[in-house]
Amino acid sequence: MTKMKVEEQEKARTKARMSGSLMLIEALKEEKVEVIFGYPGGAVLPLYDELYKAGVFHVLTRHEQGAIHAAEGYARISGKPGVVIATSGPGATNIVTGLTDAMMDSLPLVVFTGQVATSVIGSDAFQEADVVGITMPITKHNYQVRDISELPRIIKEAFHIATTGRPGPVLIDIPKDITTAEGEFDYDQDVHLPGYQPTTQPNHWQIRRLVEAVSQSKRPVILAGAGVLHANASNELRQYAEQQNIPVIHTLLGLGGFPADHPLFLGMAGMHGTYTANMALCECDLLINIGARFDDRVTGNLNYFAPKATVAHIDIDPAEIGKNVPTKIPIVSDAKAALQELIAQQGKPADTAAWLEQLDEWKRRFPLHYEPEAGTIKPQKLIEMIYEMTNGEAIVTTDVGQHQMWAAQYYKFNRPHRWVTSGGLGTMGFGLPAAIGAQLADRSATVVSIVGDGGFQMTFQELSVIQELGLPIKIVIVNNQALGMVRQWQELFYEKRYSHSLIPNQPDFVKLAEAYGIPGLRAKTEAEAAEVLKQAFAMDGPVLLDFHVRADENVYPMVAPGKGLHEMVGVKACEELSR
Amino acid sequence: MTVNNRPGVLNRITGLFTKRHYNIESITVGHTEIEGVSRMTFVVNVDDERTAEQIIKQLNKQIDVLKVNDITDQAIVARELALIKVAAPPAVRQEIYTLIEPFRASIVDVSKDSLVIQVTGEPEKVEALIELLRPYGIKEVARTGTTAFTRGAQKATTNQKTAFII
Repeated sequence: MTKMKVEEQEKARTKARMSGSLMLIEALKEEKVEVIFGYPGGAVLPLYDELYKAGVFHVLTRHEQGAIHAAEGYARISGKPGVVIATSGPGATNIVTGLTDAMMDSLPLVVFTGQVATSVIGSDAFQEADVVGITMPITKHNYQVRDISELPRIIKEAFHIATTGRPGPVLIDIPKDITTAEGEFDYDQDVHLPGYQPTTQPNHWQIRRLVEAVSQSKRPVILAGAGVLHANASNELRQYAEQQNIPVIHTLLGLGGFPADHPLFLGMAGMHGTYTANMALCECDLLINIGARFDDRVTGNLNYFAPKATVAHIDIDPAEIGKNVPTKIPIVSDAKAALQELIAQQGKPADTAAWLEQLDEWKRRFPLHYEPEAGTIKPQKLIEMIYEMTNGEAIVTTDVGQHQMWAAQYYKFNRPHRWVTSGGLGTMGFGLPAAIGAQLADRSATVVSIVGDGGFQMTFQELSVIQELGLPIKIVIVNNQALGMVRQWQELFYEKRYSHSLIPNQPDFVKLAEAYGIPGLRAKTEAEAAEVLKQAFAMDGPVLLDFHVRADENVYPMVAPGKGLHEMVGVKACEELSR
Repeated sequence: MTVNNRPGVLNRITGLFTKRHYNIESITVGHTEIEGVSRMTFVVNVDDERTAEQIIKQLNKQIDVLKVNDITDQAIVARELALIKVAAPPAVRQEIYTLIEPFRASIVDVSKDSLVIQVTGEPEKVEALIELLRPYGIKEVARTGTTAFTRGAQKATTNQKTAFII
């Protein structure tokens, strides 16, 4: 076929008349969507009929929440938008948690929800819910399609909005009659959104101001967040830090953006950050925030946050700059563009020799620590063993809580896009379904889903999907028979009144895995743990590992709520440690 | 502020104010000279510049918001309309007529023992008239809230408004 003929055919296809359902399928093809996570229902029957005919790869999760968390995991690893379909009413309300999670953690999602027919909207029809109203504050933008002619434009806009600027979830609510109505499918149109023009290139003058500030500073530090990862700017971050001799701290979500084994890396900051990272934030004279949003879990009490520092903030979302921390040098930009510009400036590096010496001294004297104990499994040790077993190369997904913090502290991420966790929203039950999406985004990666026994019980029905697709995910339950972080707070702040945080009554997780056709292994001592890990990673397929860890272990260091970062507890100098 | 006149856009904006704990004093919405574009005028009381800046940034993030303008410290034309139903037995009617005249207010409805007065102007003027009429017995008040935009020529202004208007 000649090239012209191909183009003509292409054009004919994009202008063809078709049903709303088919339009959706065609649009997903145009957007090169590889996988859809979803769950059918009455309002999306016509759409699922087209999916059936089109043979699109669709993952049927066992709960809509699983679908949207899987899409988040997929988006986090692939950098591409995760696509979700849910039916009207309960299908749509079941994805509310995932939408909020994606909104808080800036993950690009395009979510389609079914809706009752336009003729009955507003009549409290069967499985009707005001999904646009419900999801307005938890989406970057949302739509309800009112006319078939709008559908191609809306889908195109949705993908554009979800993936540009600060990424986020976009929802499209499609009434059932729209999915069956016929219209012209014109996907070859420009996105025209006058109210949405993200700034991606830095202001030159502000860059100059930052270069100047760096050259004059004695104790600069970079706080890098997930913005660096969204912008694929890890190399630039490293180059810039090395060029200017500036140490780097990560937020929870930023982990992997800068190599953990790099001498300039100080660890994670915040409530459970390292001593060195938190003290660096307290003592620095110049704080360069790149793609982080000064979340309260990072800053602690704002009155004591970076008290000596001039603050520079690079963020693609202007609303984040100055929101929590007064900022002297605001740079609205994509992190990569800003870092490239900063590198190109070749500014006079800061004289950081004394500062780096001080930081090294802290790193040496106040490392992360725990007391090893024979005959049990220390959760920190467990994470270290997983790290060693996977050569630090695995994709790690988690829920929220103690196991998440230990994973963040003890799994040293040297590469970007290996860490999938629920940061802003702190969603229990996130880790397991997110691992499904992560594995589908990178089939050859080793995926370890580290979850707590509490969170696992919120979404474990997705074991079905793992088994069905034969995804070789290693599921690690850090089992302390408790909602560990709640228990820790009750121990520390509520005089050990463990109100509803102890859950010793639990299923046999090994048998549960076996019921789903997944092998399960259990360990109660460090030696057993080493053995089952060896077995698990020698297996080709999925495996569930139930580790009974020391139940009363706490996460340290810890900045108590309302305290400043300098008021960490649980820090010990290495000379006081028993090992 | 100008917005796309799309379904739910008012809901988006008021939802944002609720979510971020900003108190709306008044809000007006109406069409503009451009088809599909509406103008919204808000009066919001805030404690500091930083909050004002945050509101504007958050509004700007809305896809349907086209332009946000903080006109607190600019030369502006601001108007509000109020309907005031006041108790008016025949004995005091003449007195009320005289009283409202300097306000260029007008009587838009008369009944046996009450009058409905319409007044247009800056919110302070409306406020002042309501206060003057209060002793006669106000039965009902309906206010539209302030709508505004900037004057054609911007001079150094001595505008002393405390409210923050967008």
